[in-house]
Amino acid sequence: MPFSLLKYGLKNDYPFENDVDLPAPTDLKKHYDVVIIGGGGHGVATAYYLAKYHGITNIAILEKGYLGGGNTARNTAVIRSNYLTSEGVKFYTESVDLFKQLSNEFDFNIMYSSRGQLTLAHTDAAVRSFRQRTEVNTHFGGKTELVDPQQIKELVPTLNMNPADMPVLAGLWHIDGATARHDAVAWGYAKGATQRGVELHQLTEVVDVITENNKVTGVKTNRGTVNCGCVVQAVAGHSSIVAAMAGIKMPITTYPLQAMVTQPVKPFLDPLVSSSALHCYVQQTGRGEIVFGGGSDPYPLYNTRSTLDLKESLLASAIEMFPFMANLKLMRQWAGITDMTSDYSPIMGLSPVDNYYLDAGWGTWGFKSTPICGKTMAELVASGGKVPDLIKPFSMDRFDVFRQVNEMGATAASH
Amino acid sequence: MKIMNCPLNGPRNISEFVYGGEVKPMPDMVNCSDKEWAEYVFYYDNTIRIVQEWWFHSPSGYWFIAERHTASDEILKTYDPSEIFKERVDFEMKAKPAQEVVS
Repeated sequence: MPFSLLKYGLKNDYPFENDVDLPAPTDLKKHYDVVIIGGGGHGVATAYYLAKYHGITNIAILEKGYLGGGNTARNTAVIRSNYLTSEGVKFYTESVDLFKQLSNEFDFNIMYSSRGQLTLAHTDAAVRSFRQRTEVNTHFGGKTELVDPQQIKELVPTLNMNPADMPVLAGLWHIDGATARHDAVAWGYAKGATQRGVELHQLTEVVDVITENNKVTGVKTNRGTVNCGCVVQAVAGHSSIVAAMAGIKMPITTYPLQAMVTQPVKPFLDPLVSSSALHCYVQQTGRGEIVFGGGSDPYPLYNTRSTLDLKESLLASAIEMFPFMANLKLMRQWAGITDMTSDYSPIMGLSPVDNYYLDAGWGTWGFKSTPICGKTMAELVASGGKVPDLIKPFSMDRFDVFRQVNEMGATAASH
Repeated sequence: MKIMNCPLNGPRNISEFVYGGEVKPMPDMVNCSDKEWAEYVFYYDNTIRIVQEWWFHSPSGYWFIAERHTASDEILKTYDPSEIFKERVDFEMKAKPAQEVVS
């Protein structure tokens, strides 16, 4: 429990009157050691760890809109590490471990709630793949088990065990699966970073990247030009566009991903449930609303519009899983923009331009990696370009040597 | 439902079509470097503007080219690939015969 809450409970007056969450906006300085493009979870987390562990505070985070207003606010807030490859599992397991401590670290409640995540298998092939994921996960310290239909019934009594005439054969029970308030994660990191001297500039759009002799020297923004020692690009949803400013072509295609939320109901669903065949994942938030989402749109687009056909098929799948949801009303629906790589793993590390670091290709798996991503990107920046072992497999040139990290089976719609 | 105009079959629901990637020149697969081939296979412009794309009408098995804006999703034009690709390309492998590795 955050101790400030306890102190607050014991005080007579309101103790936070002089506490400012974020400092007032200032003018841009002429020079920063590090410029971070993108004030979402990843960008502010990188700044936070740079300031906290590496003593680098002359940092500007440049955000086109507002803090955490992009895909940080649009994801469905799933935290899990039950991936398929050893590289992926190691990376996401450490992320889950960091998430667990964040509330205490920030002294600010990110509403981390460890509920477990259940993925349903409807075919023998899915069961086989789940077996493999269980073994890989257990080997790298994650908590994942294979459960049978009887155990699934006990875990989720309201689940239809024969959705769309595809009987549930088994489940991948990921005990570490969790959810948290995604905005709070960005706010907590931003507060921690700005308290240590990092500048967060909202409504500041980068319009060009300045390079000299294949080395980045500054960025042009709508508020003027700033010089910098290095740049970290963390702009989920626009990675190709921003990278193109630095002259970098990326192995990314950008798709919308649509999600919805219902009116709040009484608590009935502890775990996060997803079906590998129906391409649908369902969870109940702390406020009782039911959030559900599915796969990305069928073709690339830079637009957060919603389409009736995708919503319809997503709703049909959700109602197959939990038939009583047919009586609920929808409150909101939205879309996020996802930068998909062809192997469903991120692109992190060095780029073809010196001192320009990439944090991209976060597709549909960006939120769950926020802490570890910030930590490893900070290490990379602070060491002047020495890539930490944990993110070595995710370098962009893996595509040039045909050494992809295939997470397709473990991501797609099985969040 | 969004409608796309198939050059062969006329207006059809977008769900009948499959996206096939950006139209880009293919390098000579026999003589190009690994990097050039990787670039062709994995790297995309992925920009926000009107782009030329391959699309496939799945029920009739027909590939064609569409011009579409990647932010407004407006489909401006669809046409048969023969409008761009006038010459026949032979995909014959002229690589050296495989040699036995002597260890």
